Amino acid sequence: MSQLNFSVVTNSSNDTATKESVASFTTKERGLLQSLQHTLHRTPSLVPLIVLVISLLVFGLLLGGKFFSSFVLTLILQQVAIVGIVGAAQSLVILTAGIDLSVGAIMVLSSVIMGQMTFYYGLPAEAAIAIGLSCGALMGYINGLLIAFMRLPPFIVTLGMWQIVLASNFLYSANETIRSQDIEKNAPLLQFFGEKIHIGGAVFTYGVIAFIVIVFVLAYVLNNTAWGRHVYAVGDDPQAAELAGVKTKKIIVSVYVLAGFICAFAGWALIGRIGSISPTSGQFANIESITAVVIGGISLFGGRGSILGMFFGALIVGVFSLGLRLMGTDPQWTYLLIGVLIISAVAIDQWIRRISS
Amino acid sequence: MNKIMIASALSAAVLTTTVSLQANAEVSACLITKTDTNPFFVKMKEGAKAKAKELGMSLKTYAGKIDGDSESQVAAIETCIADGAKGILITASDSSAIVPAVKLARDAGLLVIALDTPLEPIEAADATFATDNFLAGELIGKWAASTLGDKAKNAKIALLDLAVSQPSVGVLRDQGFLKGFGIDVGNPNKWGDETDPRIIGHEVTSGNEEGGRRAMENLLAIDSGINVVYTINEPAAAGAYQTLKALGMEKDVLIVSVDGGCPGVQNIKDGVIRATSQQYPLLMASKGISAIANWAKDGTKPQNTPGKSFHDTGVNLITDQAVEGVDSISTVEGLARCWG
Repeated sequence: MSQLNFSVVTNSSNDTATKESVASFTTKERGLLQSLQHTLHRTPSLVPLIVLVISLLVFGLLLGGKFFSSFVLTLILQQVAIVGIVGAAQSLVILTAGIDLSVGAIMVLSSVIMGQMTFYYGLPAEAAIAIGLSCGALMGYINGLLIAFMRLPPFIVTLGMWQIVLASNFLYSANETIRSQDIEKNAPLLQFFGEKIHIGGAVFTYGVIAFIVIVFVLAYVLNNTAWGRHVYAVGDDPQAAELAGVKTKKIIVSVYVLAGFICAFAGWALIGRIGSISPTSGQFANIESITAVVIGGISLFGGRGSILGMFFGALIVGVFSLGLRLMGTDPQWTYLLIGVLIISAVAIDQWIRRISS
Repeated sequence: MNKIMIASALSAAVLTTTVSLQANAEVSACLITKTDTNPFFVKMKEGAKAKAKELGMSLKTYAGKIDGDSESQVAAIETCIADGAKGILITASDSSAIVPAVKLARDAGLLVIALDTPLEPIEAADATFATDNFLAGELIGKWAASTLGDKAKNAKIALLDLAVSQPSVGVLRDQGFLKGFGIDVGNPNKWGDETDPRIIGHEVTSGNEEGGRRAMENLLAIDSGINVVYTINEPAAAGAYQTLKALGMEKDVLIVSVDGGCPGVQNIKDGVIRATSQQYPLLMASKGISAIANWAKDGTKPQNTPGKSFHDTGVNLITDQAVEGVDSISTVEGLARCWG
């Protein structure tokens, strides 16, 4: 058993020093640990899945039927859907070893644009939505150009874009809310993702369904298309990818465009969730999406992790938030525990990475 | 090089003279708000500008970048002192942290008036022009209890508050509501210490739709029989309504709120919110400007409303279902006086 693992490790390492040090520490116990390490390395979404199942079980034991009702379990999905969709965009960016701080702002501005186009310029809802989605993609495109061609660090570009987009959002909307009742009467299509399907006590909004579909489509695309593999390659080692013929700049721009588009889509779904169009919503979506991505085991150094992990990561945050509220604890405990989860997730990521170094 | 330096020194001197000449010519005042995006502060700015124009004063406005940005407000106070303003109107983002800067301004001879948010301690400002937030809460509490009648004894109440840090405005409205409803509030300086079984829970909303929606979901997960919902403001109320509507409960639950913004009053007309307490930001600002004008003229300071530690700018209950014993105005009148 340990011998088998050993051979796998040596195959993946390419300098002799590592070989020797690994060889000198090979014991049966270490072998088991390495076996686990290796499994986790191959299936990065396994850790968050295990944490999710454990947290579900723990809250289920503590709270019983109150927690394990189809109402509460599907409520968690509804509460994480928006952050989850934004998290899908964030996952793409982080896989290229980037980061996007402007996701929440892009989401809110896009939803505001959809509202303004309908209510102040009198466009039909379909056109307003198309314009909103295009604006999201355009903002992503600007991010991508600055990062890929001007070679500015993603953190700085998106930090700036966050401020610019948020300020535009407040200036453009004058921070005025468009009321749910007006939207319902004049442009119900904007609230499309608030529609829902009942299955027994379970409630699935179209927003939740969209979240799940986006995650699974992206998971497929990332694993099974040339573009998807290139995204991983660029994040893992841009020089190597370039040498192997990957057009790294184009890939990076396409990732930010898609991320912007998905954020704008989240803006549409957001209207469905809160009913109205509110320029003050989504203030923490950037931090919350990064949290979901990190707890989901996607490496901030790029090139490793799976979008399914982000899916589980978002759900873990949702389970903790609602579970702790049902237990009646102070909301600060939720933040404290999520902080612990973030640091643990990155620690586990580093530990898994050692297998490939 | 020398020439440039002399030139700039000269122009600086000329500039200073012009500024001091202007200061002599007209009374100048500053308005510092938490942000300049919230419609509440936009209305405040409007009121201050109109009054300043009427009295022939010059007005400069400043705002923090976000709610909670105290540094920008301190810098704004320093600018106003340097600028030779006669007085400052301020809605403090951090009501204790701003106090040393306010003291600096008062020592320099400026009249400082806190608008909307009292400083801590309240005497740190020369005067406070604000809504009686406790009374605002009490009005909707009384209205809800009278509307329910006998059912008030078995009500299940959800309280949708502002933030876990319990800022004073949120505490006053919440505790006022509970007192008005006839519930023992325990310590009136904090929410969450009440023992009355009718309270299902307190949840925070950040005062927006998104927070209101989530908070309502969380409390309904604790008890699905909730039939009275107090909300810190109307956007939170709109979010809570969205949750209730998604569950088909909107007809059975009474939502009350505070603020009196135009979308909020419209929501009362549409039956989303049943009653709200309206406050008057425009009045706070215009009265504040008049007070600075008086101070500049003969050094008189504004007086507090008798029996209160601040100058009350008034509050009205708005509802289309008036009840006996609680004064209220209709949505028609409310819409005529709304802000935002």
